[in-house]
Amino acid sequence: MASPPVAVNLHQPLTLSGRLDLPRRFTLAAAAIVVIIVGLLLAFIGWNGTQVFTDTGQSISAILGPTWAPTDGVFGILPFILGTLGVMVVAALIAGPLAIGLAVFMAEVAPPWATSITRPSMEIFVGIPSVVYGFLGATVLVPFLRINFGALGFTVGKSWFAGSLVLALMILPTIASIAYDALLTIPADLRSASLALGTTRWQTIRHILLPAAKAGLLTAVILGMMRAAGEALAVQMVIGNRPVIPTSLTAPMTTLTAQITLDMGNTVSGEPWNQALWTMGLVLLIMSFTFVVLARRLGRGRRAS
Amino acid sequence: MTAMRRAILVDRIATGILWGIGIFVVAILLAIIGHFLLAAIGTLSPSFLFGEPSDTEVGGIGPLIWNSVYILVLTLLITVPLGTLGGIYMAEYAGEGRITNIIRFSQELISSVPSIVVGMFGLALFVNLTHWSFTALGGALALAVFNLPLMSRLAEQAIRAVPEDERAASLALGSTKWQTIVHVVLPIAIPGLVTGVILTAGRIFGEAAALLFTAGVSTPTHYEFGNLNLTDPRSPWSPFHTATTLSVYIWKLNSDALGSFVQQVANASAAVLILMVLIFNLGARGLGRLLQRRVTGA
Repeated sequence: MASPPVAVNLHQPLTLSGRLDLPRRFTLAAAAIVVIIVGLLLAFIGWNGTQVFTDTGQSISAILGPTWAPTDGVFGILPFILGTLGVMVVAALIAGPLAIGLAVFMAEVAPPWATSITRPSMEIFVGIPSVVYGFLGATVLVPFLRINFGALGFTVGKSWFAGSLVLALMILPTIASIAYDALLTIPADLRSASLALGTTRWQTIRHILLPAAKAGLLTAVILGMMRAAGEALAVQMVIGNRPVIPTSLTAPMTTLTAQITLDMGNTVSGEPWNQALWTMGLVLLIMSFTFVVLARRLGRGRRAS
Repeated sequence: MTAMRRAILVDRIATGILWGIGIFVVAILLAIIGHFLLAAIGTLSPSFLFGEPSDTEVGGIGPLIWNSVYILVLTLLITVPLGTLGGIYMAEYAGEGRITNIIRFSQELISSVPSIVVGMFGLALFVNLTHWSFTALGGALALAVFNLPLMSRLAEQAIRAVPEDERAASLALGSTKWQTIVHVVLPIAIPGLVTGVILTAGRIFGEAAALLFTAGVSTPTHYEFGNLNLTDPRSPWSPFHTATTLSVYIWKLNSDALGSFVQQVANASAAVLILMVLIFNLGARGLGRLLQRRVTGA
């Protein structure tokens, strides 16, 4: 008669010192620092970002107004919000299809030798600092647009389009690598089942794989847009920095990040102009948190299905 | 029959387009690297890399490289130990619970914050509140803010990749959980960890927006490396010296003016940054493989 095996939970501390489990608390403290940082971020940006309302007494509708004339005491940040959204959307429209195409190429079409070139290339692409992209845009793209397409309206070269193109280049590898991961998680059965029915590879990609990876691909684009909206220096270098509501792809405009970059050093802490910049930082923070929640929602939907 | 022929034709066209995209993207990358390397030829020399910047001619970028490396090391000194400890908790202790969820959500939130906003946060906390003014330490702390969650996740992944057998064998020998983690799990996880650290180091090295308002923007004056007084802001060794990094310098050059020699300096500086990214990438692969062999082959 063998006695039944005793289940021992290895994770359950057995001794008194084990029950106190100092290492556990110690490492938990280290892991919890990020929570404290989020709290501090919200507190500092939140407090400074609302000073323009509480201290200077501007109304929310004035701050969300369409005119930015800080020397006259008018601090409408609508041009910057629309600028950030505009530059981000156009960048995603350019980079999204290319990046997803690249991901499909790497996951489904490329032979091993080609993948061994594209994957490290992606990593290096992601690693190139954004100032380098911005500098490239300012010294190559902007003059190119001005000289060759001046007739189309690129009279100064620095423009909405230039900003979006530089951003598209930056977020292309980000979107591609996340989309690639999403495509790799599709079970191989789906592929084989479709091909066994006699479909071509493209039909399988178009009707089976892309729909199956939809949530993952959407997450990839959202994370790319998030990166585009938050990028500061590269955009500031090519966008022309004109605080107007953007109306033309070929004309200079500006974004939240670009204006903060330019004005933060020239304004004095406590004056309304400076306070308005903090409000713009707060708007950026809220935008990025919204993106995270959106991406999480999509991720959860993907896991549930 | 025609429908099938059409499907095959469409498949061929689609395959061609996908190949085209792949080649196009790699070509762009090569073009960017090639552009800067070509533009840097003639400027890139030892005297450029180690020399002092100049306002009137092509000077050097020595102090800026020094600042970049200094801030990188300072940031890693903060984030590697803390991130590894956090990673240990998430991989070895954390269950599925509220605390774990909150930590993970916080990590994602911080990773999403634009670096310029992290810079503003650093300005409020590490520049104004502390009265340090613009310092290398303030810059490193700002960079640590968004490097910490990344490092923590890297450590977690490296630790999770350690086979369960190793833990079971150690525990069966009577070691405590902590002994197992320190003496068995961490040594095996180190190659993965090192690879991750080097890859993020490349990103820290190129970061600029978060440093504008924390480490400062100015052309550094002559550095006296003989000054070892760590509390003296004039010493390049002091964490309290104003520290313009190479990336910030490129931005500054571009926004000041684009004279021909200034553009030459900026081009060569960009080439240095790109070369650093390449070195970090290749180094991460090489070193990771080497350590892997050490750990598993001994």
